[in-house]
Amino acid sequence: MQPQQEYDLSMTSQPVPYMERTRLYYEAQGFEKPYVWAHFDEVPFTPLAKPLQESTLPLITTASLYDRAPTDVREVASASSTTPPPRLYGNDLSWDKKTTHLDDRGSYLPIEYLTELVADGRIGALSKRFHCAPTEYSQKHTLEVDAPEILRRCREDAVDVALLVPL
Amino acid sequence: MCLVARYFEAAGVPTVILGSALDIVEHCGVPRFVYSDMPLGNPCGKPFDREMQRAIVAQTVDVLQTADKPRTTVKVPYPFSGDGSWRERYLEVRAGDAARLAKLGAERRAQRQRVRDEGRVRED
Repeated sequence: MQPQQEYDLSMTSQPVPYMERTRLYYEAQGFEKPYVWAHFDEVPFTPLAKPLQESTLPLITTASLYDRAPTDVREVASASSTTPPPRLYGNDLSWDKKTTHLDDRGSYLPIEYLTELVADGRIGALSKRFHCAPTEYSQKHTLEVDAPEILRRCREDAVDVALLVPL
Repeated sequence: MCLVARYFEAAGVPTVILGSALDIVEHCGVPRFVYSDMPLGNPCGKPFDREMQRAIVAQTVDVLQTADKPRTTVKVPYPFSGDGSWRERYLEVRAGDAARLAKLGAERRAQRQRVRDEGRVRED
Protein backbone atom coordinates (compact mmCIF):
# COMPACT_ATOMS: atom_id res chain seq x y z
CA MET A 1 0.00 0.00 0.00
CA GLN A 2 1.22 3.48 -0.80
CA PRO A 3 0.90 6.01 2.05
CA GLN A 4 -1.84 8.62 2.09
CA GLN A 5 -0.62 12.13 1.44
CA GLU A 6 -1.50 15.58 2.70
CA TYR A 7 -4.67 14.79 4.62
CA ASP A 8 -5.00 17.18 7.54
CA LEU A 9 -7.34 15.77 10.18
CA SER A 10 -7.04 18.85 12.37
CA MET A 11 -9.15 20.88 9.95
CA THR A 12 -12.35 18.93 10.31
CA SER A 13 -14.87 16.85 12.12
CA GLN A 14 -14.62 13.17 11.42
CA PRO A 15 -15.56 12.24 7.84
CA VAL A 16 -18.87 10.42 7.41
CA PRO A 17 -18.21 6.62 7.29
CA TYR A 18 -20.12 6.00 4.06
CA MET A 19 -19.08 2.38 3.53
CA GLU A 20 -20.16 1.39 7.04
CA ARG A 21 -23.37 3.45 6.80
CA THR A 22 -24.25 1.77 3.49
CA ARG A 23 -23.55 -1.72 4.84
CA LEU A 24 -25.80 -1.23 7.87
CA TYR A 25 -28.58 0.38 5.84
CA TYR A 26 -28.84 -2.45 3.31
CA GLU A 27 -28.39 -5.06 6.02
CA ALA A 28 -31.47 -3.53 7.71
CA GLN A 29 -33.28 -3.92 4.39
CA GLY A 30 -32.60 -7.63 4.41
CA PHE A 31 -29.87 -7.76 1.77
CA GLU A 32 -27.63 -10.65 2.72
CA LYS A 33 -24.58 -9.93 0.58
CA PRO A 34 -22.89 -6.58 1.33
CA TYR A 35 -21.66 -4.49 -1.59
CA VAL A 36 -17.99 -5.03 -2.30
CA TRP A 37 -16.41 -1.63 -2.83
CA ALA A 38 -13.68 -1.35 -5.42
CA HIS A 39 -10.23 -1.66 -3.89
CA PHE A 40 -6.76 -1.72 -5.43
CA ASP A 41 -3.29 -1.86 -3.94
CA GLU A 42 -1.70 -0.21 -6.96
CA VAL A 43 -2.71 3.24 -8.17
CA PRO A 44 -1.76 4.59 -11.60
CA PHE A 45 -0.31 8.09 -11.80
CA THR A 46 0.44 10.24 -14.84
CA PRO A 47 2.27 13.55 -14.35
CA LEU A 48 1.08 16.52 -16.40
CA ALA A 49 2.61 16.48 -19.87
CA LYS A 50 2.37 20.25 -20.13
CA PRO A 51 1.43 23.12 -17.84
CA LEU A 52 -2.21 23.42 -16.77
CA GLN A 53 -2.22 26.86 -18.42
CA GLU A 54 -1.82 25.08 -21.77
CA SER A 55 -4.08 22.09 -21.04
CA THR A 56 -7.63 21.33 -22.14
CA LEU A 57 -9.84 20.03 -19.32
CA PRO A 58 -13.18 18.20 -19.53
CA LEU A 59 -15.65 17.95 -16.67
CA ILE A 60 -17.10 14.53 -15.84
CA THR A 61 -20.10 14.17 -13.53
CA THR A 62 -22.24 11.32 -12.20
CA ALA A 63 -25.41 13.43 -12.54
CA SER A 64 -27.60 12.86 -15.58
CA LEU A 65 -29.02 15.03 -18.34
CA TYR A 66 -32.61 13.95 -17.68
CA ASP A 67 -34.65 12.76 -14.72
CA ARG A 68 -34.03 9.02 -14.99
CA ALA A 69 -36.27 6.41 -13.45
CA PRO A 70 -34.55 3.99 -11.07
CA THR A 71 -34.95 1.17 -13.60
CA ASP A 72 -33.66 3.10 -16.63
CA VAL A 73 -30.44 1.77 -18.13
CA ARG A 74 -27.69 4.30 -17.43
CA GLU A 75 -25.49 5.23 -20.36
CA VAL A 76 -22.67 7.64 -21.07
CA ALA A 77 -24.00 11.02 -22.18
CA SER A 78 -22.38 14.29 -23.19
CA ALA A 79 -23.50 17.90 -23.56
CA SER A 80 -22.10 21.29 -24.46
CA SER A 81 -19.88 23.07 -21.94
CA THR A 82 -20.55 26.41 -23.60
CA THR A 83 -24.35 26.13 -23.49
CA PRO A 84 -24.92 23.71 -20.60
CA PRO A 85 -28.41 22.75 -19.45
CA PRO A 86 -29.67 24.83 -16.52
CA ARG A 87 -29.55 21.83 -14.20
CA LEU A 88 -28.73 18.12 -14.05
CA TYR A 89 -30.53 15.30 -12.25
CA GLY A 90 -29.79 12.54 -9.76
CA ASN A 91 -33.04 11.28 -8.34
CA ASP A 92 -32.04 7.71 -9.16
CA LEU A 93 -28.68 8.03 -7.41
CA SER A 94 -27.59 7.84 -3.76
CA TRP A 95 -26.74 11.20 -2.22
CA ASP A 96 -27.96 13.16 0.79
CA LYS A 97 -31.46 14.09 -0.34
CA LYS A 98 -32.53 14.78 3.26
CA THR A 99 -29.98 17.54 3.70
CA THR A 100 -29.49 19.15 0.32
CA HIS A 101 -30.65 19.43 -3.31
CA LEU A 102 -29.39 19.77 -6.88
CA ASP A 103 -31.14 23.06 -7.62
CA ASP A 104 -27.87 24.98 -7.85
CA ARG A 105 -25.81 23.66 -10.75
CA GLY A 106 -22.69 25.36 -9.41
CA SER A 107 -22.69 23.04 -6.40
CA TYR A 108 -22.01 19.96 -8.55
CA LEU A 109 -21.20 21.03 -12.15
CA PRO A 110 -18.71 23.91 -11.87
CA ILE A 111 -18.67 25.07 -15.48
CA GLU A 112 -18.80 28.79 -14.65
CA TYR A 113 -15.82 28.58 -12.31
CA LEU A 114 -13.77 26.59 -14.81
CA THR A 115 -14.62 29.16 -17.47
CA GLU A 116 -13.36 31.88 -15.12
CA LEU A 117 -10.13 29.95 -14.54
CA VAL A 118 -9.65 29.75 -18.31
CA ALA A 119 -10.23 33.52 -18.58
CA ASP A 120 -7.70 34.05 -15.76
CA GLY A 121 -5.13 31.97 -17.64
CA ARG A 122 -4.93 29.21 -15.02
CA ILE A 123 -6.35 26.54 -17.36
CA GLY A 124 -5.70 26.42 -21.10
CA ALA A 125 -9.25 25.61 -22.18
CA LEU A 126 -12.45 23.95 -21.06
CA SER A 127 -13.32 20.96 -23.25
CA LYS A 128 -16.25 21.72 -25.55
CA ARG A 129 -18.27 18.88 -23.99
CA PHE A 130 -18.82 17.66 -20.47
CA HIS A 131 -19.68 14.01 -19.84
CA CYS A 132 -22.09 12.09 -17.61
CA ALA A 133 -20.60 8.87 -16.25
CA PRO A 134 -23.15 6.22 -15.27
CA THR A 135 -22.70 4.86 -11.76
CA GLU A 136 -23.02 1.11 -12.12
CA TYR A 137 -23.36 -1.74 -9.64
CA SER A 138 -21.13 -3.65 -12.07
CA GLN A 139 -17.52 -2.48 -11.77
CA LYS A 140 -16.74 -4.68 -14.78
CA HIS A 141 -19.21 -2.72 -16.92
CA THR A 142 -17.68 0.58 -15.80
CA LEU A 143 -14.16 -0.57 -16.63
CA GLU A 144 -14.93 -2.35 -19.90
CA VAL A 145 -17.70 -0.20 -21.40
CA ASP A 146 -18.32 3.18 -19.79
CA ALA A 147 -14.80 4.35 -18.93
CA PRO A 148 -13.45 3.51 -22.43
CA GLU A 149 -16.39 5.34 -24.02
CA ILE A 150 -15.85 8.47 -21.92
CA LEU A 151 -12.12 8.39 -22.70
CA ARG A 152 -12.89 7.98 -26.41
CA ARG A 153 -15.08 11.09 -26.34
CA CYS A 154 -12.44 13.01 -24.42
CA ARG A 155 -9.78 12.01 -26.95
CA GLU A 156 -12.04 13.33 -29.71
CA ASP A 157 -12.02 16.65 -27.88
CA ALA A 158 -8.21 16.54 -27.50
CA VAL A 159 -8.19 16.80 -23.70
CA ASP A 160 -4.96 16.80 -21.68
CA VAL A 161 -6.32 16.32 -18.13
CA ALA A 162 -9.72 15.62 -16.54
CA LEU A 163 -11.77 16.84 -13.58
CA LEU A 164 -14.22 14.28 -12.16
CA VAL A 165 -16.95 15.49 -9.84
CA PRO A 166 -19.17 12.72 -8.43
CA LEU A 167 -22.36 13.83 -6.65
CA MET B 1 -16.06 7.56 -10.67
CA CYS B 2 -12.88 6.24 -9.00
CA LEU B 3 -12.70 3.54 -11.67
CA VAL B 4 -13.00 6.13 -14.45
CA ALA B 5 -10.19 8.19 -12.91
CA ARG B 6 -7.96 5.13 -12.69
CA TYR B 7 -8.78 4.18 -16.28
CA PHE B 8 -7.92 7.66 -17.58
CA GLU B 9 -4.73 7.81 -15.60
CA ALA B 10 -3.55 4.40 -16.82
CA ALA B 11 -4.23 5.64 -20.36
CA GLY B 12 -2.01 8.68 -19.79
CA VAL B 13 -4.57 11.35 -18.87
CA PRO B 14 -3.96 13.01 -15.47
CA THR B 15 -7.11 13.33 -13.34
CA VAL B 16 -8.37 14.89 -10.15
CA ILE B 17 -11.58 13.87 -8.36
CA LEU B 18 -13.50 16.46 -6.34
CA GLY B 19 -15.82 14.63 -3.96
CA SER B 20 -17.10 14.07 -0.45
CA ALA B 21 -16.97 10.30 0.13
CA LEU B 22 -13.48 10.19 1.59
CA ASP B 23 -13.59 6.59 2.80
CA ILE B 24 -14.92 5.16 -0.49
CA VAL B 25 -12.41 7.03 -2.64
CA GLU B 26 -9.41 6.21 -0.47
CA HIS B 27 -10.50 2.57 -0.18
CA CYS B 28 -10.48 2.34 -3.97
CA GLY B 29 -7.20 4.20 -4.44
CA VAL B 30 -7.05 7.07 -6.93
CA PRO B 31 -4.28 9.34 -8.23
CA ARG B 32 -5.53 12.72 -6.95
CA PHE B 33 -8.48 13.45 -4.69
CA VAL B 34 -9.80 16.71 -3.28
CA TYR B 35 -11.95 16.02 -0.24
CA SER B 36 -14.79 18.49 0.16
CA ASP B 37 -16.55 17.97 3.49
CA MET B 38 -20.08 18.50 2.16
CA PRO B 39 -23.16 16.28 2.15
CA LEU B 40 -23.18 13.98 -0.89
CA GLY B 41 -24.64 15.98 -3.78
CA ASN B 42 -22.75 19.26 -3.42
CA PRO B 43 -19.05 18.49 -3.80
CA CYS B 44 -18.31 21.99 -5.16
CA GLY B 45 -19.68 23.69 -2.03
CA LYS B 46 -22.90 24.87 -0.44
CA PRO B 47 -25.70 25.64 -2.88
CA PHE B 48 -25.72 29.30 -3.94
CA ASP B 49 -22.49 30.09 -2.06
CA ARG B 50 -20.57 31.37 -5.07
CA GLU B 51 -17.42 32.34 -3.21
CA MET B 52 -17.10 28.94 -1.53
CA GLN B 53 -17.72 27.09 -4.79
CA ARG B 54 -15.27 29.25 -6.71
CA ALA B 55 -12.55 28.69 -4.08
CA ILE B 56 -13.07 24.92 -3.93
CA VAL B 57 -12.90 24.52 -7.69
CA ALA B 58 -9.79 26.69 -8.00
CA GLN B 59 -8.01 24.70 -5.28
CA THR B 60 -9.07 21.47 -6.95
CA VAL B 61 -7.59 22.19 -10.35
CA ASP B 62 -4.35 23.31 -8.68
CA VAL B 63 -3.93 19.77 -7.35
CA LEU B 64 -3.49 18.55 -10.92
CA GLN B 65 -0.11 20.22 -10.96
CA THR B 66 0.92 20.11 -7.29
CA ALA B 67 0.39 16.38 -6.67
CA ASP B 68 3.58 14.45 -7.24
CA LYS B 69 2.47 10.92 -6.37
CA PRO B 70 -0.64 8.70 -6.43
CA ARG B 71 -3.10 8.61 -3.49
CA THR B 72 -2.69 12.34 -2.99
CA THR B 73 -5.62 13.62 -0.92
CA VAL B 74 -6.06 17.33 -0.26
CA LYS B 75 -8.82 18.61 2.00
CA VAL B 76 -10.44 21.95 1.25
CA PRO B 77 -11.29 23.88 4.44
CA TYR B 78 -14.94 24.83 4.04
CA PRO B 79 -17.75 23.66 6.35
CA PHE B 80 -21.27 22.95 5.14
CA SER B 81 -23.05 24.09 8.29
CA GLY B 82 -22.28 24.91 11.89
CA ASP B 83 -23.71 22.07 13.91
CA GLY B 84 -22.76 19.23 11.59
CA SER B 85 -26.06 17.44 12.21
CA TRP B 86 -26.25 16.49 8.52
CA ARG B 87 -23.50 13.95 9.11
CA GLU B 88 -25.90 11.66 10.94
CA ARG B 89 -28.79 11.76 8.47
CA TYR B 90 -27.50 9.97 5.37
CA LEU B 91 -28.77 6.37 5.38
CA GLU B 92 -29.52 6.68 9.06
CA VAL B 93 -31.01 3.56 10.68
CA ARG B 94 -32.99 4.56 13.76
CA ALA B 95 -34.62 2.42 16.42
CA GLY B 96 -38.13 1.71 15.18
CA ASP B 97 -37.08 1.69 11.50
CA ALA B 98 -36.85 -2.08 11.19
CA ALA B 99 -40.28 -2.77 9.69
CA ARG B 100 -40.12 0.19 7.28
CA LEU B 101 -36.64 -0.77 6.04
CA ALA B 102 -37.53 -4.44 5.70
CA LYS B 103 -40.50 -3.45 3.52
CA LEU B 104 -38.32 -1.10 1.46
CA GLY B 105 -35.80 -3.90 0.95
CA ALA B 106 -38.50 -6.34 -0.19
CA GLU B 107 -39.73 -3.76 -2.71
CA ARG B 108 -36.22 -3.18 -4.02
CA ARG B 109 -35.64 -6.90 -4.47
CA ALA B 110 -38.93 -7.27 -6.31
CA GLN B 111 -38.04 -4.34 -8.57
CA ARG B 112 -34.59 -5.77 -9.21
CA GLN B 113 -36.14 -9.12 -10.10
CA ARG B 114 -38.46 -7.46 -12.62
CA VAL B 115 -35.51 -5.69 -14.23
CA ARG B 116 -33.55 -8.95 -14.27
CA ASP B 117 -36.46 -10.76 -15.89
CA GLU B 118 -36.42 -8.13 -18.62
CA GLY B 119 -32.70 -8.72 -19.17
CA ARG B 120 -31.74 -5.20 -18.08
CA VAL B 121 -29.42 -5.89 -15.16
CA ARG B 122 -25.64 -5.86 -14.81
CA GLU B 123 -24.37 -7.57 -11.70
CA ASP B 124 -20.99 -9.09 -12.46
